[in-house]
Amino acid sequence: MSLPQILFLVVGVITLGAAVAVVTSRNVLHSAFLLALTFFGVAVLYVLLDTPYLAAAQVLVYIGAISVLIIFAIMLSRKVAAPDLVQRNSQWLLSLIVAVLLFGVLAYLTLQTAWPAAKQALGVDAIGGLGEAFVGTYALPFEVVSVVLLVALVGAIIIARER
Amino acid sequence: MNLIGLLSPELILLATGLLVLILDMAFHGKEGRREWLPFVAIAGLIVFLIAASFLWGTHTSLLSDMMAVDSFALFFKVVAGLSTLLVILASWDYFQGKTPYEGEFYGLLVLAALAITLAAASTDLIMVYLSMEFLSIGSYILVGYLREDPKSNEGAIKYFLYGAVASGIMLYGMSLVYGVTGTTNLAQIAQVFAAGKLTGDMLWLMLPALIMLLAGFGFKIALVPFHQWSPDAYEGAPTPVTAFLSVGPKAAGFAILMRVFLAAFPAFQLDWAAVLAAISMITMTLGNVVALKQTNIKRMLAYSSIAHAGYILIGFASVALDSPSLFNGVNGVLLYLLGYLFSNVGVFVAVIAFENATGSNQIPDYAGLIKRSPWLAGTLFVLLLSLTGIPATAGFLGKFFVFAAAINVQFYVLALVGIVNAAIAAFYYLNVARYMFFVPSQEESHVAIAPALAVALGIATFATLLIGLYPQPFIEFANQSVRLLGVF
Repeated sequence: MSLPQILFLVVGVITLGAAVAVVTSRNVLHSAFLLALTFFGVAVLYVLLDTPYLAAAQVLVYIGAISVLIIFAIMLSRKVAAPDLVQRNSQWLLSLIVAVLLFGVLAYLTLQTAWPAAKQALGVDAIGGLGEAFVGTYALPFEVVSVVLLVALVGAIIIARER
Repeated sequence: MNLIGLLSPELILLATGLLVLILDMAFHGKEGRREWLPFVAIAGLIVFLIAASFLWGTHTSLLSDMMAVDSFALFFKVVAGLSTLLVILASWDYFQGKTPYEGEFYGLLVLAALAITLAAASTDLIMVYLSMEFLSIGSYILVGYLREDPKSNEGAIKYFLYGAVASGIMLYGMSLVYGVTGTTNLAQIAQVFAAGKLTGDMLWLMLPALIMLLAGFGFKIALVPFHQWSPDAYEGAPTPVTAFLSVGPKAAGFAILMRVFLAAFPAFQLDWAAVLAAISMITMTLGNVVALKQTNIKRMLAYSSIAHAGYILIGFASVALDSPSLFNGVNGVLLYLLGYLFSNVGVFVAVIAFENATGSNQIPDYAGLIKRSPWLAGTLFVLLLSLTGIPATAGFLGKFFVFAAAINVQFYVLALVGIVNAAIAAFYYLNVARYMFFVPSQEESHVAIAPALAVALGIATFATLLIGLYPQPFIEFANQSVRLLGVF
């Protein structure tokens, strides 16, 4: 096993552990911080997979904006910040079994398959290629995303605005 | 035709939606002028339908194969335009005093129609995902529109949580498809399979991938077992939104399901047809049996719309595009959707009219409606007959075509289950009619209907009867619309 592979495993375990802690922690503020750690772990995985641009975007957007926003939201709502949140309901065991089974199936499938798409080489100029794809091949999805964000924004105002 | 011309229907919808949102801000504090906003939305939708009609017969793909301009997409443009038009008419009086954001409602509704047209035209998995997410986000907001109403909130949050999981699963399925084929373009995916270079275990991987995709599509259509959100969302949502949800996103879900499976996975038809046939039988049976017990008419219609999704799926499970028969399955789905659009939105308009006048959604409160408003009772009766599938209504034509498609490919059990279910459904539809006509009411006061609602009800009833009595042009329209780009 080479060094990057060992690193990948270690970071992967930390990321997963943090993710599990997000949904089991009784203190919602702890969950928020652990979520930031999870996002950071994913960013490191991106670096290990040779996609530094995605890693930078992950840090900027998810850690820099989303996590901070979540922590702000928690601090502004006093009732939720109380450290005795029950994150389980009566069906947790059942859903755990289903989740583990689903994971087993997916892991088996992923390991069994010799993914043809994985052999496609990344471009030399990945960031330039990404930029060109946004205004070239993926111009339509790129424009549609802007409308989706507008709709989400209008919706957020309707739902959350003070009356 | 140039790019602007080919995209003109979508651009008109986008412009209309944004215009309504901007005008709503510009008219802030001028309530008299805000009343014009629904007219702006309706005018935009009519221009959209006219622009779409110019594209009849055009078959091409746009913007690096991201979306198709074909008869199939055009059909769903018509469905999206008409259903949104009727829903806007139906919501005319509904929101008065219930929300301060009435203007945004029309803007969001028009943008949701844009999402449906994009969904039906998508020929790339990325566009499929994006347009479905577009439609879902719009729908979540619309369901939770009545912020002060806990039921509206409950429906929206259930819809949202369920939708987030479903789209996550769908995305995972898409990533499996991409991993095996190395492309997200539907036509190229089909080419990879047709080339036959893939080995056994990779082909086997497609079955879980297809089921995961189906989870996402089935969620939008509310197929069993992806339906649990729908009764709560339908009951809690503002009733015009319920009318929209029961037709618009359902049609979009079917459009995507048919295009993705026909364009990308024709090689696996034996697999997915069997899965869809099984889901179809479970869906209609569960929808109908549970609908029997409902006393709230919105909940009853929610379960009945699940059952209708099951009937519609019969058509697609029995698809045989190269069959010489008139009943190739897809035209049955399209005809059913067209008839269902008018009948179901029509029923909801009647429910809204009754709710506006009496504040109730309970079926026993419909007692004696024939005396309180003969017109409302009469049109509602016709529309319920159409949902039951009685001859001379649009509902019969759709059921006839999907059942015939099942018999055409010798899915006799599927057809039989469908027919038995249609008989079960008659009980709860005609139960409403029984209350309206035969159960005397304590209440004698007249049920007044607002003009906009009367227009919507009139259009829906007229179209339901027209499709039922003079089906030839509609059958022709559906037959022409079966032409999917790159498939047929």
